[in-house]
Amino acid sequence: MKVLDRRKMLAVNGALLALLVLSIAACALIGPVAIDLKRALGNFFSPDAEILFRARLPRVLLGAAIGGGMAACGVVLQAMLRNPLACPQMLGVSGGASLGGILGLIFFPNWLLPLAGGLLGEISWVPLAAFLGALLSMALVYRFSLFHGRLHAYHLLLTGVIFNSFVAALIMFLNSIVDFYQAQGLLFWLMGSLSTRAYPTVAFIFAYVAAGFLWLWSQGLRLNLITLGEEAALQLGVEVASVQRQVFVASSLMIGAMVSVSGMIGFVGLMIPHVMRLVVGSDHRLLLPASFLAGAIFLCWADTLARVLLAPAELPVGIVTAFFGGPFFLFLLYREGRKMTPL
Amino acid sequence: MSAAIEIENLFFAYGARRVLDGISLAIEKGEMVGVLGPNGSGKTTLLKVVSGVLTGRGTVRLGGRTSASYARRELSRMIAVVPQESEIHFPFSAAEIVLMARASHHGRLALEGAADLEAARRSMAATETAELANRWLHELSGGEKQRVMIARALAQEAEILLLDEPAAFLDLKHQLGVFDLMRRLNRERGLTIVAALHDLNLAALFFPRLVLLGDGKVFRDGPPEDVLTEGNIRQVYGVDVRVERPAPERRPHIFLRT
Repeated sequence: MKVLDRRKMLAVNGALLALLVLSIAACALIGPVAIDLKRALGNFFSPDAEILFRARLPRVLLGAAIGGGMAACGVVLQAMLRNPLACPQMLGVSGGASLGGILGLIFFPNWLLPLAGGLLGEISWVPLAAFLGALLSMALVYRFSLFHGRLHAYHLLLTGVIFNSFVAALIMFLNSIVDFYQAQGLLFWLMGSLSTRAYPTVAFIFAYVAAGFLWLWSQGLRLNLITLGEEAALQLGVEVASVQRQVFVASSLMIGAMVSVSGMIGFVGLMIPHVMRLVVGSDHRLLLPASFLAGAIFLCWADTLARVLLAPAELPVGIVTAFFGGPFFLFLLYREGRKMTPL
Repeated sequence: MSAAIEIENLFFAYGARRVLDGISLAIEKGEMVGVLGPNGSGKTTLLKVVSGVLTGRGTVRLGGRTSASYARRELSRMIAVVPQESEIHFPFSAAEIVLMARASHHGRLALEGAADLEAARRSMAATETAELANRWLHELSGGEKQRVMIARALAQEAEILLLDEPAAFLDLKHQLGVFDLMRRLNRERGLTIVAALHDLNLAALFFPRLVLLGDGKVFRDGPPEDVLTEGNIRQVYGVDVRVERPAPERRPHIFLRT
């Protein structure tokens, strides 16, 4: 019988990891301005090095972290809610983060927070306002979905979707009362976009997402059992209620932070889990790392397209993920739908 | 020597609707017990309280210890459950489903080891599902699926097996197959088997002890010939039947009247 063994784990994750490293290198080299790799590596103060290491690499790394994190969160939400349509954008947290970010953008656009007394530069308050919004909305959704110590999947999904529609209305309202310049900024939150951030921010997000992912990965076996249904999971030895609460909080904290720096980048969290389930199967011990790596690869390339398609102008990466992801996903559903979800 | 399952004065209600109304029952190790009763009489609820999915008022003791004192993982190594119907929303192969039974045996971060694979293989051989191992669970027929679910329960290597109407959606041949399998597991492996059953005639043929529930209480408890009488069935099910005891087994057989 074919079952998950160490060899398959190593082969799949090793291959995807190699592909990710290659993709990061390739995407950092591709851009509207051609750079000479020899000069960039030879002289650290050359303009080539400046573009490669200061402008492109941090952005590509940010894309990898967010693509991986979104895909991993999509996997666990689909498992936990036993709903193949679940995705990070549905959780309400993303709406809360966007609203927080937009309020930050409107009311204190120029505030800067010095890092380590200014030694590591300054970062904008806007992502912090977004993260605060994410935390508040997480608490709200949690409170409305918790009954007798258990999170209810339908309440969680409904509260999230309704909260997000409510927030979307608020954002549209704000959009119609602010000036044109600010309205451009609002678009960022709605479409999702990666931009060059300072290394401390990128490093922080990378470590944060990686830590969250590792914790989710440690729950892989339990998630397998939870997809069988609450009763079956209980009878097979899983404390379902506490695992669900922990997974909700962990994935919400990840999504909140990711949306705070990149806005709502759609599709990665919905599509990658389905594609990877087809490729590697439903066992979360493999599906989670494979989706994380594949999501990272996908978003690196999507953002590279977003940078070069209309160069020197840039597209929001959310447009690229949906534009290419949508038709591809439909094609896959048409060809492999039978295997994707046994509904 | 304490009983495998000891239930004392068990009450359970869904909101205001009382489903179990003071049930007391002792089941010895190695017994094979069929639980009968009309829809809503509490068969499924009783199994769920025993397996720890629901918590009732009263005591349930397993091997002498109250069930509440077991950790979830321990409990799943003691009791295995075959559900009435399982809806699985994600594509898993039959082998993967059976191996999930081993979750409470190996480490949380580990992959299944040789002992786990061996347990899965043995259970699949016993239920004749070995050739289904690499097929998708959702593409199996009802009978095949149910046998895989029984294989999963066996792979838990628990001493108590609870089954909730294991043959409810199966045709005649597969019904007999499942009942025969339950009897073999009981005789050959000494498993304690408690099954909620719908078909009174099959229950009488295969189960030496029957418990008839009515209105959340134990109405009769004993061998088939004492439990399945015309009078009992009229009182509990509200149906007039004729009961005969044909040769060679001389087990009670129920004939419906129109």
